[in-house]
Amino acid sequence: MLPTLHKQLLNDYQQDFPLSPTPYLDIANSLGVTEEEVLVAFSTLSEQGFISRIGPIIQPNQLGISTLVAMAIPESHIIKVADIVSQFPEVNHNYEREHRFNLWFVLIASDQQHLSSVIKKIELQTSFKTMQLPLLEDYFINLGFQLNLEPQEENLLISA
Amino acid sequence: MIEPIDLQLIAAVQEGLPIASRPYALIAEQLDLNETEVIARLNKLKQQGLIKRLGVIVKHRRLGYQSNAMVVFDIPDLLVSHMGQRISQFHFINLCYQRPRHGEQWPYNLFCMIHGKSREKVLQQLSYLIENCVLENYAHDILFSRRCFKQRGALYFPRGSGFNPENID
Repeated sequence: MLPTLHKQLLNDYQQDFPLSPTPYLDIANSLGVTEEEVLVAFSTLSEQGFISRIGPIIQPNQLGISTLVAMAIPESHIIKVADIVSQFPEVNHNYEREHRFNLWFVLIASDQQHLSSVIKKIELQTSFKTMQLPLLEDYFINLGFQLNLEPQEENLLISA
Repeated sequence: MIEPIDLQLIAAVQEGLPIASRPYALIAEQLDLNETEVIARLNKLKQQGLIKRLGVIVKHRRLGYQSNAMVVFDIPDLLVSHMGQRISQFHFINLCYQRPRHGEQWPYNLFCMIHGKSREKVLQQLSYLIENCVLENYAHDILFSRRCFKQRGALYFPRGSGFNPENID
């Protein structure tokens, strides 16, 4: 079980990390602990792999251009194809999913021409076609990820 | 247009703020700015919407959310915006996008993501969603994630490169 302080740090500062000269002190003051305790707790959470970082999430397609891509790969070929795909620096979040379209990844490039050239290379090197699924509209107002870190059953409440 | 200094600032913070008493002052030192300017520029980028959020980015799997499903629906074009906004309100929904259909092989235009502690939990949440939004009459599919081949943070500008952005949350 995570200590209460760690849970609060994980849950309460995903959206609006303080933009003040001393953000960790501000968090400490609002939680009634010391700045040192907050710094140590964040370092621990980071070292233990509970958080990837404290940083910005950039709105898609504001810097460069991105698309979700799906491929339908026979089971016997998927590792080989996934390895080829992963080698491109423009690729991230390369996942296997349970479906005929079983390989899913996000491509980000500087412009459409760059994006198309990467797609072409992937199709050429893997000998499989891609299905491009660029974002048309984003409906989610990102409030971060609401964790339920208690052991009991989660309930199904609507958040807003 | 984005100012070059703002691109440098995003490059400096994308891999994470330092866990230290004055993190923005440390970022400022790298950029030949002062602490006040760094804070003001980050505030501006948030207000402009270029930075969607600034904060703690958690690792779902490490926190026990092992089951991740992409759920896709075929919603009539006239309804898709309304339904997308509605689906986004549920606390177990993490992302919700409209994307293009691809004929018969892929008839789905609304994509959302559910992270849960188990497959059963995710399916239960999906049933709840379908019932509450009256989605019974629209075709849908569930794609649970299996192996992760590559996962990287938001490296919009890998160090030493010119321009090479990356990552959707």
